[in-house]
Amino acid sequence: MGEVIFGSGGVVPAAELPDVELYHAKTWITKYVFSQDAKVIAVQYSITAMAIGVVALVLSWLMRLQLGFPGTFSFISAEGYYQFITMHGMIMVIYLLTALFLGGFGNYLIPLMVGARDMVFPYANMLSYWLYLLAVLVLVASIFAPGGPTGAGWTLYPPQAILGGTPGAEAGIILMLLSLILFIIGFTMGGLNYVVTVLQGRTRGMTLMRMPLTVWGIFTATVMALLAFPALFVAAVMMLFDRTLGTSFFMPSLVSMGEHLKYGGGSPILWQHLFWFFGHPEVYIVALPAFGIVSDLISVHARKAIFGYRMMVWAIVIIGALSFVVWAHHMYVSGMNLNFGFFFAVTTLIIAVPTAIKVYNWVLTLWHADIHLTVPMLFALGFVVTFVNGGLTGLFLGNVVVDLPLSATMFVVAHFHMVMGVAPILVVFGGIYHWYPKVTGRMMDDRLGKLHFWVTFLGAYAIFFPMHYLGLIGVPRRYYELGETAFIPKSAETLNVFITLAALIVGAAQMVFLFNLVRSLFNGRLAGGNPWNATSLEWQTPETPPAHGNWGKELPVVYRWAYDYSVPGAERDFIPQNQPPAGVAAQATITAVSAAH
Amino acid sequence: MVVALVLVLVAVGSVVFHLLSPWWFTPIASNWGYIDATINITFWITGFVFSAVVLFMAYCVFRFRHVDGRRAAHQPESTRLESWLGIATAVGVAAMLAPGLFVWSQFVTVPAGTAELEVVGQQWQWSFRLPGKQGRLGTSDPQYVSADNPLGLNPNDPKGRDNIVIVGDDLHLPIGKPVKLLLRSLDVVHDFWVPEFRAKMDLLPGLVTYFWFTPTKVGTYEILCAGFCGIGHPQMRGSVVVEEENAYQAWLGKQQTFEQLTKKQLAKK
Amino acid sequence: MLLFLAVVAAISGWWLSQQRLTSKPWLEEGVQGDFPGTGASSLPAAKLGLGVFLAVVGSLFALLISAYLMRVSTTSLNILDGPKLPGPRLLWFNTGMLVLSSVALQWAWLQARRRQMDGVRVNLLVAAVSALAFVAGQLLVWRQLTQSGYFLTSSPANSFFYLLTGVHGLHVLGGLAALGRTIARAWPGVATEPMRLGVELCAIYWHFLLLIWLVVFSLVMGWADDFADICRALIT
Repeated sequence: MGEVIFGSGGVVPAAELPDVELYHAKTWITKYVFSQDAKVIAVQYSITAMAIGVVALVLSWLMRLQLGFPGTFSFISAEGYYQFITMHGMIMVIYLLTALFLGGFGNYLIPLMVGARDMVFPYANMLSYWLYLLAVLVLVASIFAPGGPTGAGWTLYPPQAILGGTPGAEAGIILMLLSLILFIIGFTMGGLNYVVTVLQGRTRGMTLMRMPLTVWGIFTATVMALLAFPALFVAAVMMLFDRTLGTSFFMPSLVSMGEHLKYGGGSPILWQHLFWFFGHPEVYIVALPAFGIVSDLISVHARKAIFGYRMMVWAIVIIGALSFVVWAHHMYVSGMNLNFGFFFAVTTLIIAVPTAIKVYNWVLTLWHADIHLTVPMLFALGFVVTFVNGGLTGLFLGNVVVDLPLSATMFVVAHFHMVMGVAPILVVFGGIYHWYPKVTGRMMDDRLGKLHFWVTFLGAYAIFFPMHYLGLIGVPRRYYELGETAFIPKSAETLNVFITLAALIVGAAQMVFLFNLVRSLFNGRLAGGNPWNATSLEWQTPETPPAHGNWGKELPVVYRWAYDYSVPGAERDFIPQNQPPAGVAAQATITAVSAAH
Repeated sequence: MVVALVLVLVAVGSVVFHLLSPWWFTPIASNWGYIDATINITFWITGFVFSAVVLFMAYCVFRFRHVDGRRAAHQPESTRLESWLGIATAVGVAAMLAPGLFVWSQFVTVPAGTAELEVVGQQWQWSFRLPGKQGRLGTSDPQYVSADNPLGLNPNDPKGRDNIVIVGDDLHLPIGKPVKLLLRSLDVVHDFWVPEFRAKMDLLPGLVTYFWFTPTKVGTYEILCAGFCGIGHPQMRGSVVVEEENAYQAWLGKQQTFEQLTKKQLAKK
Repeated sequence: MLLFLAVVAAISGWWLSQQRLTSKPWLEEGVQGDFPGTGASSLPAAKLGLGVFLAVVGSLFALLISAYLMRVSTTSLNILDGPKLPGPRLLWFNTGMLVLSSVALQWAWLQARRRQMDGVRVNLLVAAVSALAFVAGQLLVWRQLTQSGYFLTSSPANSFFYLLTGVHGLHVLGGLAALGRTIARAWPGVATEPMRLGVELCAIYWHFLLLIWLVVFSLVMGWADDFADICRALIT
């Protein structure tokens, strides 16, 4: 590469990469159904995730109806309620958010943003989606299995998860575990792709420090997921053995409902360690892509370079690494050695520092910016508000003594919904409004988008902010009904009714989004290649939507980082990453064309 | 304009809600007042940060919103500013963590001479076992559980004979005396929680966990299960009665020991 | 597990430190040729992919083993653990088979680089046969154990033995499928590029599985008891 002498009129050859063997689809089926094109796979992932997400949304309505109006709806039984909360949690965390951020956004954006033609292992990528779909179908099948789906709570703690006192202990739990195992195998195939593509598929000039933060976020999250999901895999296999073969990995000797069971010698706390060794990184597996995407949304729509890019990258990497040594903060009151509390409280609160720096840098990007209040920007602002709120309540729960009264109350429910429910989902929406024009070539409707934003943002805040106070009173989570409880005032029930009404409205607003999504496909304003005047590579494709292979004949050459907005002296307020510096421009283009073969 | 206004409303509204909210802790009835103090410190610090960040955003959105001809400043970073903010955050975090760890070290050190008693959870009720005259709890194992021996005490252990067994009734505690609860479960994970005492801890089958506290207020308090344990989870309730020493002794005198219970059962047969 | 994570962290830390993370990208225009070593990796994608995959497999086994150690080192109320598994002599033979398989593949790789196709074919076959012998041997061990009364469900220690060996065996079988493809490629007797890469990847994978097996083997034979004692001291 030594022949490139920049700035002295040297020759810049076209990007040469070890050519990814592009799979050329011959039939309609291999092009759109069993497709190996990352962009098609991304859309498949997104649609599946959103479809199962609608199921989770309906489940949340049902559980809110029960909590707001206990005893009113005869079709919600105690069994049903626990099945709803379990399925809702599982779907949202794993089958929706993880799949959508990594499988959806990851598949679409990584190759385009780093200037690759496709993922490096397209065949494994295709298998990844189909295994994911199979996992979703197994999950759905468990709903119709005899005894219904498992109602063990999304953490599936043994021994209750596989004993008779819990709904779905017959077939539901088996199908749940199988589905998780399938999901993890599928994810590993996809994850290998995302990591290796970032390491190996970057085009000429795309150094790591020139990558958009979206790629950094998804890349780090994928590395974490590849290391953390095996914990869930191991735990799921072991529990499956306990349930079906009668082993005792997690089962001590016990008496269930007056009956002596054959188990003996196992340790239920082992499950909790394995589960949270996956479960905590999982929070960041969802959060880091959101961090990355929101950084790009803010930068593009504020027409200003993201503030402190270097610090942002370091923070992502440090948060990713630290998140592997905090898992037991979910287990302060689990009966593990109490002295662990010191260590995990310290590591947990240390993680707050890089996270806070990210927040400061987002809002400092707004300082002296040129803020366009587009729909993606609104969602990004909404994310910052809800994320700061949810992140700060995390400081309560991470601080080990404060967790004593608050754990297992509605405070916890409010905290994690705010920080890893509402906040990342606002980013998902922002991302969809932002990249929809690239995927379809059409803009989404602006007025419907704003309506969707306001109802979702304010409504979700109205659901989860007051919910913290229910937890402060001491309202426990996972209670089908509160009944008569002396220390809980009547006014708490009024608050519950209010929260339920807000939840119904927010849920309904998502129908506006789905309607907008479909309608804009046919009626949306034509977008052009780069409607937001953004710098990163995905907006510089020769065709919109990008064709198979993304870049036509020549791969783009990258000359600058992804955040050249409002550069003093530049003609426009953005300079695309593949625009050569003044002086070499003409030559570079000519060489590129003549080098075409 | 509207966006900035709404952001201000969100920040101010949240603080006002916090100040006016009728929803707060139930009055404390144990020695863990420090926990409430730590929570209050945390509320002040986090509330300040939240308002500051959201109000700053609101100002930026208002002041730097797009108008024709505006161009953003070019300012990729400021290591100085970022370092200062980082240090300030670290200080704030330390201010919350330090009292937390201090209180936690009290929580993990059980004072010498603390009375021990056992709480046993099963789907879906609470049972208790107090040491008898010898002052020791005998061994136990789920394999001994039967209709006559609901808590699974070891019938061959002489230390357990005089233990007081309470099934399906309230637990009484003398006021002002520290007590260490040994927690054990016969079936699944439960969690012993009396909101007025603040602390809680899981009960695990196959393991004995513990925590300690000193009841400081006379009264009857409800025990909740705070570890999801199946369908009957919300109905798994019990009561703790905190009373003066002489009332407690009177209650204690009326309870039956393990030996008495087994004899009674044999007599019935 | 933490040990394994430390290794991964060290590797990624080293790699990241080579990537000029402290550079200020907004001050640099031009192509990356000015900064050697920061471009896309020059390793073949498949090799890099295998590396990442091995990290995942490593994580899987590290977790299984830490779960086992944790189980061994936390005392519970009622220890119903059966007597320790006897380390059957057959396990030594199996270990030898796996070593042989690994050595043969290493040899095949060397010969593939020198384009000695006959040697490659022989060595690949030797590797495949000895790996099959390993799997068969493991199944025989299982049979011996069940015949002498150590069932999967007898005690958690037994369950862990079957689980660890079972998962390891499945990974060997998966490797055999890949090895089969490589043998099919090597059969025409032409030293093609994909064939050589295939041999190399198989060799790496085999060494890795051998390493894992040696750790598992030492656990089963009880050589790691001291290590478990250290863990116990740490936890309690």
